[in-house]
Formats: sequence, C-alpha cells, structure tokens
Amino acid sequence: MNRLLLEGKNLSRDFPAGHGRKLHAVTDISLRIYEGETLGLVGESGCGKSTLGRLLIRMLEPDSGKLYYRGNAVSGISEKDFHPYRRDLQMIFQDPYASLNPRMTVRDLIAEPLEAWHVCGSREETTKKVLRLMEAVGVPGEFLMRYPHQFSGGQRQRIGIARAIALDPALIVCDEPVSALDVSVQNQILNLLNELQKNRGMSYLFISHDLSVVHHIADRVAVMFLGKIMETGYVKDIYESPQHPYTRFLLNAVPVPDPHRREDTVELLKGEPPSPVDLPKGCVFHTRCPYATEQCRNEVPAMRPAGRTEAACHYPGVS
Amino acid sequence: MEHNILEIDHLHVVFPSSKGETSPVNDVSLRVPAGKTVGIVGESGCGKSMTARAVMGLIHAPGRITEGEIRLCGRDLRKLSEKEYCSLRGSEVSMIFQEPMTSLNPVMKAGHQVEEVLRLHTDIPESELKQRVIDIFRAVGITEPEKRYNCYPHELSGGLRQRVIIAMAMICRPRLMIADEPTTALDVTVQAQILRLMKDLVSDDTGLLVISHDLGVIAKLCDYVYVMYAGRIVEESDIFTLFDDPQHPYTKGLMDAVGSLRRDAEVLSTIPGVVPSLAHLPAGCSFCLRCENGSDRCEKELPGLIQTGPGHKVRCHLMKEAGQ
Ligand SMILES: Nc1ncnc2c1ncn2[C@@H]1O[C@H](COP(=O)(O)OP(=O)(O)OP(=O)(O)O)[C@@H](O)[C@H]1O
Ligand SMILES: Nc1ncnc2c1ncn2[C@@H]1O[C@H](COP(=O)(O)OP(=O)(O)OP(=O)(O)O)[C@@H](O)[C@H]1O
Ligand SMILES: [Mg+2]
Ligand SMILES: [Mg+2]
Repeated sequence: MNRLLLEGKNLSRDFPAGHGRKLHAVTDISLRIYEGETLGLVGESGCGKSTLGRLLIRMLEPDSGKLYYRGNAVSGISEKDFHPYRRDLQMIFQDPYASLNPRMTVRDLIAEPLEAWHVCGSREETTKKVLRLMEAVGVPGEFLMRYPHQFSGGQRQRIGIARAIALDPALIVCDEPVSALDVSVQNQILNLLNELQKNRGMSYLFISHDLSVVHHIADRVAVMFLGKIMETGYVKDIYESPQHPYTRFLLNAVPVPDPHRREDTVELLKGEPPSPVDLPKGCVFHTRCPYATEQCRNEVPAMRPAGRTEAACHYPGVS
Repeated sequence: MEHNILEIDHLHVVFPSSKGETSPVNDVSLRVPAGKTVGIVGESGCGKSMTARAVMGLIHAPGRITEGEIRLCGRDLRKLSEKEYCSLRGSEVSMIFQEPMTSLNPVMKAGHQVEEVLRLHTDIPESELKQRVIDIFRAVGITEPEKRYNCYPHELSGGLRQRVIIAMAMICRPRLMIADEPTTALDVTVQAQILRLMKDLVSDDTGLLVISHDLGVIAKLCDYVYVMYAGRIVEESDIFTLFDDPQHPYTKGLMDAVGSLRRDAEVLSTIPGVVPSLAHLPAGCSFCLRCENGSDRCEKELPGLIQTGPGHKVRCHLMKEAGQ
C-alpha cells in the first residue's frame, strides 16, 4: 500500500436550514486518501459528496473533526499556516462553463495559479509553461488567446484540468468532472486524467454519481448515503461483492446498455431518501432498507470489515 | 395490420443565424407504431428536443417549420390552428419536458395542477376530479397520494415531482406521449423506478417516444431507435439490431465509447474531433470530418438513407443496399 497522503477523521458539517433547524450534510466521516491512488466517491444527489470533497481540502471548514496531511495536523491551523498546503490541493469542477472566468483568455486562465505562486521568472516563461500545459491536456497552442465561450464543453474541461495541474499538486478533488459531457467526450477526459496520473503520480478524489465511470477510474471506492459513508473497498470488491445493501441496490439500479439484458428482474429500492434535516435514528439507511431490524432503527452501525470490504451495516452481506 | 400513432415525413426546422440559416431538424422522418416505444438517441445539440417540440407545435419564432408533414393518428398537425393545438396538447399528445421544474407551476398545489388538465380537456364533474387525481397518483406510484395532492412542487422530492409530471401527462390517456430525457435529473435508484413505470405506460393503441442521450435508458425502454447526428437521422433500426450490428460510423463510435467503459478497457474508445457547429456543416455527410473512412465523395455528396436489412436504414456512402 502506498503512503498515506490525506486523512479526515470524524468530519461533520451542518448547514442552517431555516427555523433554527440544521441540515446535516456530512456526519462523522473518516476517510483516507493514499499517494498516487484514485478514490472514487459515489452516492446520490445531495448525499454530501461535494461538501466532503471541499472539507478535505479546507475549501470549507468542518464543525468538528480533524484533517491530517502527510501526517501533519492541518485542521486547527490558521489560514496563513495552511497556505503552503493549498498549492498541493487542487480542484476540478463539474460545470466547465461556470468555473472559468468568461473575460479571461486561455493564457491568463492557466497562468493565474502560476502567477499567484510566482512559479516562473518572467511573463514569457509563464506563457511557455502555459503552452506546455495546453499540450499536456490536448488543447492546441494556437488557441492561446481565445476566450472560454469559443470552446466546446470538453475543451473547457481540459482548460480546467490544465489550471488544476499547473502547480503539480499532490491531490486533485475532481467534482463530477465529466457529468456535463457527452459520452465520447467524457471518455477523452477520463483517458486524459488517467494519463496525467500515470505521468505525474498525483492522487484523485473522484466524485461522481455515475457508477460505470467510477468503476473505470477508481482504485478504491467510498459509497455515501445521506452524509455518511456506507461502504469502502477496492473497486473490484465493491462491484463484485458489495456487503452493504445500499451498495447492492445502487449497482442493480444502473440501466445496462444492452437490450438483451433489459428484463426487469432485480429488486428495486423503494421510496426516496429521507431529508438530511430530519436524519433517521440509528442507521440512516434503515427507512429504505428491506432488511432493517429493531437494532438498525436504534443503533448507528460502526464501520467494520465485512467480506473483502468495510461496511457500516449491522448485517453486512444480507440478501 | 399495425398502424402508426405518429408519422413524421421530411421535417425541416430552421433558425436564422449570422451565417444564413441553420437546420437543427434536417429532413427527419420517423414513425411511432401503436403499442411501441420508439427512441431518439444522439449527443447534445443534435436536434432531439427540437424534433419533439415540432410535434407539440412548440417551435417559437424566429424558428419555424419550413417543410414536412406531421400526422398524429392520421391527422395532419401542421394544418392545426393554435387553438386546436391547445386542445390537442395534454389530451391527444403530451410531453414530459427535459427541465422538470418548468413543467410545474411553483405556486399551485400538485393535485390542483393535474385537476386543471382534466378540467381543460374533459367534462368530468367537479365533484369527481379530486378522486381521479388521487387514483392516477396511486397508479404512478406516489405514496400517500391524499397528502401529496396538497403539496406544492418544492415540497416534493425530484422523483415525486417527476411522477406528478407523468401523472399530468397521462391522465387524459393521450395517444402519444413524448418523454424528453425523463430521468436525467433523477438519481439512479429513482431512475430505475421511473423507467419501470414508463415501461408499463404503453398500451395497444398508444405510443411512446423517448428521447435520451443515455444508451442504457434507450436499451431498457425502446423497441425501435433513431440515431440523430447534427440534425439528421443517420441510422434507424430495431433495438436489438442497433446494439448487435450498428452500421453507421457514428453509431459504431457511440457504441464503442459506451462498450469500452462497460468493459473497463485500459484506454476508453472515443470519437475523434468534435460535433460540427450547425452553421458550418459540410455539403455532404455531416460526420465525414470525424470518420476514418471519409472520402471526397462523403464531403461533397449527402448520402441518402440506405436500407441495409429489414427495418434497418443507414445514411452512409459506405453501405450497400440489402439484396444488391
Ligand atoms: N452552502 C450550503 N448551504 C446550505 N445547504 C447546503 C450548502 N451546500 C450544500 N448544502 C446541502 O447539503 C447537502 C449536501 O450537499 P452536497 O452538495 O454536498 O451534495 P452532493 O452529494 O454533492 O450532491 P450533488 O450530487 O447534487 O452534487 C444537500 O442537502 C445540500 O442541499
Ligand atoms: N432558439 C434557438 N435558436 C437557434 N438555435 C437553437 C435554438 N434552440 C436550440 N437551437 C439549436 O438547435 C439545435 C438542436 O437543439 P435541441 O435542443 O433539439 O438539442 P438536443 O438534441 O435536445 O440536445 P440536448 O441533448 O442537449 O438536450 C442545437 O444545436 C441548438 O443550439
Ligand atoms: Mg455535488
Ligand atoms: Mg434536448
């Protein structure tokens, strides 16, 4: 196993939900990211994936919990003391359009982080480095002085990636980086992310609701539901022998692109996720879980080894 | 003999642009037979929604239909006045729109919105309306229908909202339902529930037209599929042939892209290049610049739809007519 890069311990974060109530976006999550790996984070809309991703790189402060970077405690420290770490922790966003300033040229967009960190000695040197980054992400150098609106969605995402890798970070939080793209373009971006990782050895936290995308890109996977991690494990183990019932229902629900296999025989999850404002007592999944017992309704299950994965379930492997 | 609920022939939709005119729908012909679910698949901007909007009579200026015929159960829709179209929409043909929130009025209770459709199109007495709505809510799998009847849209989850929209679309038993990306905004576990519900909607004398960019959704629901690229139909076939034996280089590229992800190939398949802008289409095949086997002829001469097998048509110069 590679060396531990980033670790979050017992992270929680609420948001105000009006009338003095609280929305529990992330509840007591502990998570490790190792050097050079891709950790996939999957779960349905609103379960807290983006919030967790932002907590892990201190784009958002937790209400409680601790953060360690290469073994150093970095959660309590001042922004000034944390500043050197920022260079190592970058992010790519879902919407390549909204995340790029429309009034800046590609040159200036990619040069921005380089200039903020005084990486290059001169303007010419910066431009040279920008051109090398454009080449690395497959945007032709002749487009140096173009604006974001003159690019396709896939090209804009490449520009976002060039910005994120400009400082040679150790970790990039990729928040749904391909969700807005057509499949053929999505594949180009996934290939690019894989290739960059091979050449540069950084880690990714890859957030996505698309299970086939995560299957392809991740080494390990964490499955989230309603602000909690339900299961973590190596990608093969999670997909081949999931231990948490939620993971199994999630995998079964994906429509297979094969008409020969469209017969609906699998059991589907009933109902809808409960509100993060009124969290169910006990296991947060119990209101949708067909196997829930009295214990599940009362006791929060701890994360523990189950089969070849780790699951937060009183009855891992039930079916 | 099987009859068609919807027939579109040589439909053209045109928008003015700085470069003259663009055609987001360019010579599209399609059929939705009774009792069948037909899909339109293709990447963003290829004209799927615009085709559906044309059927609904919802192409707004400066866009316009310049040519073609649209028949619903034999009736020529292009001859309808706006008033006639209004009474048709919601009763004979209804559409589930891509942006779910735009279909619901945020300040009106869910139950009342569905009632409104009945009031507009039927003479069911006032006293029975509420019960009808609650019955349909139950039929589309809305739990606690009496309670949801009184909810405003923002009080409902995404999945429940989509069920209300489906209830509204089907309550008058339209002959044709069009579902434009019906599950794109939903989570996979809820998507699976809605897809199962949609499968059950089609009866012997109705048809369903499903629009999606997701080959998984298409594979699950459709009997027959049209593949669109840059405003044109480039391939059409029954669902099994399309997946087992795609012919058009674009369809093949799409299938490979999805297939390589599913197989978890080391390097994923992609289609080189990007979709051309509608304002800069070549005179010939719109795909030729991205096609491995594109020739001079492909660039200059538009291929027709060639029949390559029973019910299988492909718009490509590389194809041979079946039986030749
Ligand atoms: N700044 C905020 N203020 C209030 N509530 C918030 C804020 N940010 C997130 N939330 C809420 O916290 C919960 C988790 O949100 P988050 O964006 O982390 O989910 P997600 O898993 O990334 O969802 P999606 O798949 O839709 O991106 C949601 O209920 C969301 O509405
Ligand atoms: N009001 C408009 N004026 C000019 N062009 C338009 C207008 N609305 C849409 N278009 C163009 O028409 C084409 C077809 O659009 P349409 O919405 O049908 O695409 P689509 O296949 O449904 O895409 P998506 O998968 O993104 O929903 C697009 O290229 C779009 O840019
Ligand atoms: Mg998010
Ligand atoms: Mg559309």
